[in-house]
Amino acid sequence: MARRSIREYDAKRLLATHLPRYLPGGLGYTGRVALVTPDTNWEQLITDHPWLQSERLVVKPDQLFSKRGKRGLLLLDTDLDGARAFVQEKMGQEVTINGVTGTLTHFLVEPFVPHRQEDELFVAIRSEREADIIYFSLQGGVDVEENWEAVLQVPVPILTDFEDVDLAARLPDFSGMEDVAVFIGALYRFYVDLAFTYLEINPLVFADGSPVPLDFVAQIDDTAAFECAQQWGDLEFPPAFGSRLSPEEEYIRQLNAKSGASLKLTLLNPEGRVWTLVGGGGASVIYADTIVDLGFGSELANYSEYSGNPSRDETYEYTRTILDLMTRRKDPRGKVLLIGGGIANFTDVAKTFAGLVQALTDYQKQLREHNVRIYVRRGGPNYQEGLRLMRELGKKIGVPIEAYGPELHMTEIVPMALKE
Amino acid sequence: MSQPDYQLFSRDTRALIYGYQQDAIQRMLDFDYVCRRQTPSVAAIINPTRTGLHKAFFGAREILIPMYRTIAEAAAAHPEADVMINFASFRSAFPTTMEALETPTLRTIAVIAEGVPERKSRILAATARQKGKVIIGPATVGGIQAGAFRIGNTAGTIENIVASKLHRPGSVGFVAKSGGMSNECFNIIARHTDGLYEGIAIGGDTFPGSTLLDHLLRYQANPDVKMMVCLGELGGDQEYRIVEALQDGRLTKPLVVWVTGTCARVLPRSVQFGHAGAKANTGMETADAKNEALRAAGAVVPASFNDFGDRIREVFEKLKAEGQIAEFEEPEVPTVPMDYRQALKTGLIRKSAGIITTISDERGEEPVYGGKPISAVIEEQIGIGGVISLLWFKRELPGYATRFIELALMIVADHGPAVSGAHNAIVAARAGKDLISSLVSGLLTIGPRFGGAIDDAARHFKRAFDSEMTPQEFVDDMKARGINIPGIGHRVKSVQNPDVRVTLIKRYAREHFTCTDLLDYALEVEKVTTAKRNNLILNVDGCLGVTFVDLLRSCGCFSEEEVQNIVDLGYLNALFVLGRSIGIMGHIFDQQRLAQPLYRHPWDDIAYMTDLTAL
Repeated sequence: MARRSIREYDAKRLLATHLPRYLPGGLGYTGRVALVTPDTNWEQLITDHPWLQSERLVVKPDQLFSKRGKRGLLLLDTDLDGARAFVQEKMGQEVTINGVTGTLTHFLVEPFVPHRQEDELFVAIRSEREADIIYFSLQGGVDVEENWEAVLQVPVPILTDFEDVDLAARLPDFSGMEDVAVFIGALYRFYVDLAFTYLEINPLVFADGSPVPLDFVAQIDDTAAFECAQQWGDLEFPPAFGSRLSPEEEYIRQLNAKSGASLKLTLLNPEGRVWTLVGGGGASVIYADTIVDLGFGSELANYSEYSGNPSRDETYEYTRTILDLMTRRKDPRGKVLLIGGGIANFTDVAKTFAGLVQALTDYQKQLREHNVRIYVRRGGPNYQEGLRLMRELGKKIGVPIEAYGPELHMTEIVPMALKE
Repeated sequence: MSQPDYQLFSRDTRALIYGYQQDAIQRMLDFDYVCRRQTPSVAAIINPTRTGLHKAFFGAREILIPMYRTIAEAAAAHPEADVMINFASFRSAFPTTMEALETPTLRTIAVIAEGVPERKSRILAATARQKGKVIIGPATVGGIQAGAFRIGNTAGTIENIVASKLHRPGSVGFVAKSGGMSNECFNIIARHTDGLYEGIAIGGDTFPGSTLLDHLLRYQANPDVKMMVCLGELGGDQEYRIVEALQDGRLTKPLVVWVTGTCARVLPRSVQFGHAGAKANTGMETADAKNEALRAAGAVVPASFNDFGDRIREVFEKLKAEGQIAEFEEPEVPTVPMDYRQALKTGLIRKSAGIITTISDERGEEPVYGGKPISAVIEEQIGIGGVISLLWFKRELPGYATRFIELALMIVADHGPAVSGAHNAIVAARAGKDLISSLVSGLLTIGPRFGGAIDDAARHFKRAFDSEMTPQEFVDDMKARGINIPGIGHRVKSVQNPDVRVTLIKRYAREHFTCTDLLDYALEVEKVTTAKRNNLILNVDGCLGVTFVDLLRSCGCFSEEEVQNIVDLGYLNALFVLGRSIGIMGHIFDQQRLAQPLYRHPWDDIAYMTDLTAL
């Protein structure tokens, strides 16, 4: 992984914590934000954030999806009781965002900042290969994309010191321009030092001369943890909204977390006839591609990837999980299992197949009942022995198994299996 | 070395390896060997924790590769090396690669580490561009120029390299993001064309040091490359740079390309493939959009990966028909001698072992003493006597026997600071010597006059008893041989003033042993000797020696030959050495604790009689 989205709460918390370093004696951002989760104790929250009782408040879900106002999930200018009632009503509710359904579990509460719509600014920073691009517009707010021609773009080339970029000279002339230039300069250094890869504040307003990000979207490069973990503090990388895992996917996720190897399983269509069990990250994508490209996308049951030399026990558990899933509902046309893979570098193929063979042996009865046909394709050290094991297994357990090595094009087992 | 810009490697390329990657180094050298390179491709190793020489095979011959602590030292000593393969971790990949970029003699740097922060990768890429250098990676296995140079572990085993004809150049330039799939693509290219010319895996990060297009442009410029193959990936916009180059005429050679990730259209949004960069953030970044754009720009794009090989073959056959592909004879491939370990594993060779052991085995889940796992040793509380019975006698002795061994150890553990063993150890310890030296200094005094009498006593008494000599005959026999009977006599103890240790041993033997024949015999001998002089009693050594023989004979665990063998090999002396070590170490610690100064023997205790004429 690399670019990971973070909560608005964390983005604002980080900005409030670090901005003073870049704005000596100048504009501050108070960063008064509170996060409410299903486990939040309101009494404790109020003790930690006394402003909750004195300020007018804003409440909104904080789960990596946008356009909350348009979705009726934004409560403005309320008091503590109003905020609590709103959270109580919405917490645990299911909502559908862009076709993905998920549960509301995290809410951001912060002071309400009254302002005029014409004071809404837009600022964003994005990283490209050669440069970071700073975006700025005087016409911020929800309609910024409709006024994209009004957005100023200032590239900061990767090897250029920000000192050498005269931002103020590039900004349009408006009252308060100096403050904005200073703030954006600080924001840029904050962006670089804390390993952000994307950041968007829209709208940004200035209240009593201080910058206040009203909405904040950000991504951080999690590979920079070894340098930035201390500055990040307790930073969470939440999963995309609505990505709920089935128990089997969760089981494999846990298996993966404990292992030095890589084990991935995504269930696409549990009723599908075509199941995959693929070694190697690159090959996994290509097998799924080929099934889709040949017109069997609707039959593709899962996305599967095991790599990084998993142990015999791990491949056994992994295979068992897939076999269990694929032998739950019968299909009159029977089913297909593709045990695919490219040419391994140094992984002993026969050894990795040992766990598969064990699981297939355990499930032989179900495999026969569900009329499963198995196609194997793999190369690499000791592959001949691995293929022999598979062919022998087929005879032993009475399940049709065809096994091929590098002499067969990697994905050729896909048409072989599907065009019957 | 003057090579054109498009040529990163040749058959003479020499590389520095950052990180002590012994397997990768050997794999590079094995590749060199099947390519019949004259010089090994590895010039030197940079190992921040060690200098010296690394021994490796170049074919069947062994060579030494120098190892330096810093890039600067290695580069200064090997100015001919213009490639560095950087195996540094994700933490240090950035500073070490920057240093390599600053090193004038280095031109190409392969960065293997996965998880280099993307801003760092961008700085590396821009710095390399500024300096006219090339970075391959991060997060890659590297690449290979067929018949010339291999980066680290690229292309797997030697068997695979030969099967994919990577030991000699073909006509196809290949570049991919994925290192894992490059092996498969080398195979596809070998089976459908005259083989690979060069193949690079740029790595799966969002911002790799060099791009797909960078390498395609090199292949375009290289007259030996006749056609190009590229495997792209969803996410990012690198493939659009290729589209632009096809459109503006910078790329004109035939290009077969496939962008993987077409399955994304049926997958839920949340699936992130293995690579950091493999995620489409906009419609433009999908595999379908890229494949379409490439096709429209004139590249050969298959309908699916399944046709990839067929399209490659068609392009190649067309070039061949046009006479653009030169025919060549397949070179003979030298066989890389099999690794001894590998050959042994596969049963191709056998060898008699240099060392045999029959007492223990540490290779399993837990160490095994004489067939007994250490957990059972502890659980069954067999004691140190039980451990000795397992490791020395290779069998479990009954409890009364192991407790007798422990009794013996306790009795011989110490005999004060004055005896020669303890004294020597004390002198050594006070001279500032360490524990082992002081202990050994004490143990070295054990011999015929000090402590060594147990074995001898056992041998002589046993011989006499077994040959049915009367006690008197035995005493006379020893006198005739001119040997004092070992185990008889004490400096101060006597019949009237018996040694309590001897009493304890005798009592234990009488209470627990089923037979004490040799002890009884020795006591008869003692009667004869004490009749001559009061202090010619059976001493501790003698008593231990004879009772041990009684124990061995009566416990039912040993044959008569085994008993003789034990006595001959000096087992009983070993008991004394083991037990007395406890006391000697106690004396050493005592002296060190008391911070005693260097020992010097007092002059008044030495009789100087150097006036030889007076003698």
